[in-house]
Amino acid sequence: MRIYVCVKQVPDTSGVVAVNPDGTLNRASMQTIINPDDLSAMEQALVLKDATGCQVTAVTMGPPPAEGMLRELLAMGADDAVLISAREFGGSDTFATSQIISAAINHLGVGKDDMIFCGRQAIDGDTAQVGPQIAEKLNLPQVSYAAEIEKVGNDVTVKRMLEDGYMKIKVQTPCLITCISDKEKKARYMTLNGINHCYEKPFTLLNFEALKDEPLIELDKIGLKGSPTNIFKSFTPPVKGVGVMLEGADKKTAETLANILLEKHVI
Amino acid sequence: MDFSLTKEQEMLRKLSAQFALEELEPIAAQIDEEHRFPVESFEKMAKLGFTGIGVPEQYGGTGGGMLEKVIAVEEFAKKCMASAATLSIHLIAPHAILAFGTEEQKQKYLPRLTKGGELGAFALTEPNAGSDAAGVKTTAVYDEKTDEYILNGTKCFITGGARAGVLVVFALTDPKAKTKGISAFIIEKGMPGFSSGKIESKMGLAGSETAELVFEDCRVPAANMLGKINKGFKIAMQSLDAARVGVGAQGLGVAEEAIEMAVKYTHERVQFGKPIAALQGIQWYIADMAMKTEAAKALLYMTASLADSGKPFTKEAAMCKLFAAENARFVTNLALQIHGGYGYMKDYPLERMYRDAKITEIYEGTSEIHKVVIARAVMNK
Amino acid sequence: MAFNSADISAFKDIWVFCEQRNGVLMNTDFELVSEARKLANERGSKLVGVLLGHNVEGLAKQLGGYGADKVLVCDHPELEVYTTDAYAKVLCDAAMELKPEVILLGASNIGRDLGPRCAARLNTGLTADCTHLDIDMNNYVDFLEKSSTLDLSNTKFDMEDTNLKMTRPAFGGHLMATIICPRFRPCMSTVRPGVMKKAPFSQEMSDKCVVEKYDVKLAKDDIKTQVLDVVKEAKKMVDLIGADVIVSVGRGIGKDIKKGIELAEQLTEAFGGGVVGGSRVTIDSGWLSADHQVGQTGKTVHPKVYVALGISGAIQHKAGMQDSELIIAVNKDETAPIFEIADYGITGDLFKVVPLMIEALNEARASK
Repeated sequence: MRIYVCVKQVPDTSGVVAVNPDGTLNRASMQTIINPDDLSAMEQALVLKDATGCQVTAVTMGPPPAEGMLRELLAMGADDAVLISAREFGGSDTFATSQIISAAINHLGVGKDDMIFCGRQAIDGDTAQVGPQIAEKLNLPQVSYAAEIEKVGNDVTVKRMLEDGYMKIKVQTPCLITCISDKEKKARYMTLNGINHCYEKPFTLLNFEALKDEPLIELDKIGLKGSPTNIFKSFTPPVKGVGVMLEGADKKTAETLANILLEKHVI
Repeated sequence: MDFSLTKEQEMLRKLSAQFALEELEPIAAQIDEEHRFPVESFEKMAKLGFTGIGVPEQYGGTGGGMLEKVIAVEEFAKKCMASAATLSIHLIAPHAILAFGTEEQKQKYLPRLTKGGELGAFALTEPNAGSDAAGVKTTAVYDEKTDEYILNGTKCFITGGARAGVLVVFALTDPKAKTKGISAFIIEKGMPGFSSGKIESKMGLAGSETAELVFEDCRVPAANMLGKINKGFKIAMQSLDAARVGVGAQGLGVAEEAIEMAVKYTHERVQFGKPIAALQGIQWYIADMAMKTEAAKALLYMTASLADSGKPFTKEAAMCKLFAAENARFVTNLALQIHGGYGYMKDYPLERMYRDAKITEIYEGTSEIHKVVIARAVMNK
Repeated sequence: MAFNSADISAFKDIWVFCEQRNGVLMNTDFELVSEARKLANERGSKLVGVLLGHNVEGLAKQLGGYGADKVLVCDHPELEVYTTDAYAKVLCDAAMELKPEVILLGASNIGRDLGPRCAARLNTGLTADCTHLDIDMNNYVDFLEKSSTLDLSNTKFDMEDTNLKMTRPAFGGHLMATIICPRFRPCMSTVRPGVMKKAPFSQEMSDKCVVEKYDVKLAKDDIKTQVLDVVKEAKKMVDLIGADVIVSVGRGIGKDIKKGIELAEQLTEAFGGGVVGGSRVTIDSGWLSADHQVGQTGKTVHPKVYVALGISGAIQHKAGMQDSELIIAVNKDETAPIFEIADYGITGDLFKVVPLMIEALNEARASK
């Protein structure tokens, strides 16, 4: 049994977010972190590894420095890592990205007992699209928004969160599951021995050459040019003005405030 | 000269910082107030392998050397000085056993200390033997019939002493020979005749536990002697050299954090219609704090790399400890001053950091004794 | 004839996937249909609601009341409870056959599961969690002028452009991006719930709405997952760090502590749920337990809405909450420092103002 865990290195948007004059993100000035939901997916995979001894493979697509993140995951306990990296893949939207990642996973092979875990969504794009799209391309059943995953034989039971509750869903391997973060189930730390040996663990680089003949890759649908969606404009919202003191303290004041909040979609 | 860290060392720094932020900082104020040693923090350190730094994997350790110790202690000290001290001082015992122990001793004791979750302690100081280590009065008398040493005496101010599972204890095996009559022993918690006395109430570092240790006819197998008979003083001095680098790392970490807090505060605090960061008086404080801290860091890292390359570092250890300690007090004092009344309140961690920083000028050798060590090294070539 | 997403001239109509749970339409459906009505007018095309479920035909006319010209009802026992496989198959089958130009879905936990699966199958693009949609370029340029910091004086726009322009926040709202999908159809988008305005219900439009049954082809084998259970759960109280709405109280509740905390709780409910916080004095005085404290060292909150009631705004409190997206302050003292960082301030007695706020918010929400 092997669990592929798809992870993404993202800018840390909880800190200061720097924006270039043209409205694009100044990525170079920002710290990168492992996407929180992906970290949760890795933890869920490592819990299953603790119980079953299965193989856990960390997979990412990104520029060469993303190797550092993969090494951290190896230091946490993943067995091997795969970096999908090529200039041709840059600028891919979710459709193109999922095509490339599914081709890479297909290249590595999905066995009857295998699973693919993704984070529900990444904090840079918040799309939650790549997981389900990989599942579609690989023709696997998917369960998204997973809070708990249990596996008995080939049966996997997932607690799938809804806004107003949850579903219990049974699915069989091979399948794809996207995981949500849970404060109660914090991802484990790297260990010092993990760090000492993370550069000795198997590490695979899949570049354009390695994937271009994969059947799942349509060469005209990858990268910035091939992506179905394009950024037409990006911009920053107007800066927050100075505060407004509302007049009075009566019913009318309260209504004025409520209308402003309604207008701003706060309520 | 290249001070750049390896990728693994950078990862260790990241892990240490994350651990300090998520596990140590949240309880730092609480353990200080309650004067509580957080066993749970030490267990977590052991689980991740911090307690095995500097010891090879074959003994349950996690490898690395002085630099790795410095990195972890520095990062811990930013968020909780008491926990940084606990780790730094714990490591003295396994490092002494690794350097001077027999293979049997290493096999028997190192895994317990490196990954077994047992705390280590180092017991040299006595009521009348502080800076003057030669004043040790604890005796160890050999009993031929049982092949044991019988220890009698009292140790004081021993960090972690009351909880430690394995301790390195110094005693006179030849009382007339003074320093040339000191031997080192590996003592286990629970050995008959060994007990802990008073737990000290301290000005700072309240989340680490400082104990008095009492030996009353404590019988220790001769096999537990660490190193050769009457050669214990060298073990003590060598251990102290390494320990001092650890204190330097504590002083550096707390200073770095204090600067960060001070800088943040100067931008938030508005007086006379502008942030106090705009005041030159404040800027000069910050400049002094940053410059001295950077110097402390350079000295500390140079010393650590000397130690890791196997070169002598006694003088440098004394220098970096002394400098980083004085700087820690200097910087925490100014950072507190910049915070004004808020700095004096327990809502901000600075008053704790200030109290904690003070110890670095005292333990593992006072500032004054360090000057003696440095002067001796410089003048008596 | 094979489906070809690149043959864009073959596509027409705007579709809204209308989600129902337990036979009840979601509020998002009405928001989306209302918004899509505007888009359909801009494009001069038909608006079709697509309704999947079992025994749900009766719901269809409701959608007409918000602007749907037609509702395509896909009825099948296997569609009673949502499964990715069944819903994706039916929606994709219909889209491949009928070729809509646009498909909008609510960005609910279900819409965001179904949308990407379908977009991948239909070989087209999908834009997630949109907060603004335009087809007409004039409207889009107006929007940019109002909502961006861009200088548009030197920008030329193709005023004939008929792509759906989908605008969404990225990087936690620090950036906005407008996305288009120019080469493939349908153009797909999930839309953030609660953002689009629901139009008033029109009985006349509802009556005119055409309800059409779609011939669902679904076999048990098509569904690879099995729903064992669906459980409804009240929202758990979250802690301060993760809260979207925080209403904090300070010294100002001192004259009636119990009532002050009660009002704060009621105000969180009026915002649709949130957490009550407190300044240091409320914790030190034992009015609230320590886990409620905002501004405690190291505890920084950044909710979407932060309401400070009777809090003067000591520096450590401000440091702990000033990154909140929207700050509302109520204080008797008009010189209270909290007003320096508040987006909206009201000078007054919180015991009088808050009940009015609760009432006004509840009314405003009901009017949506």
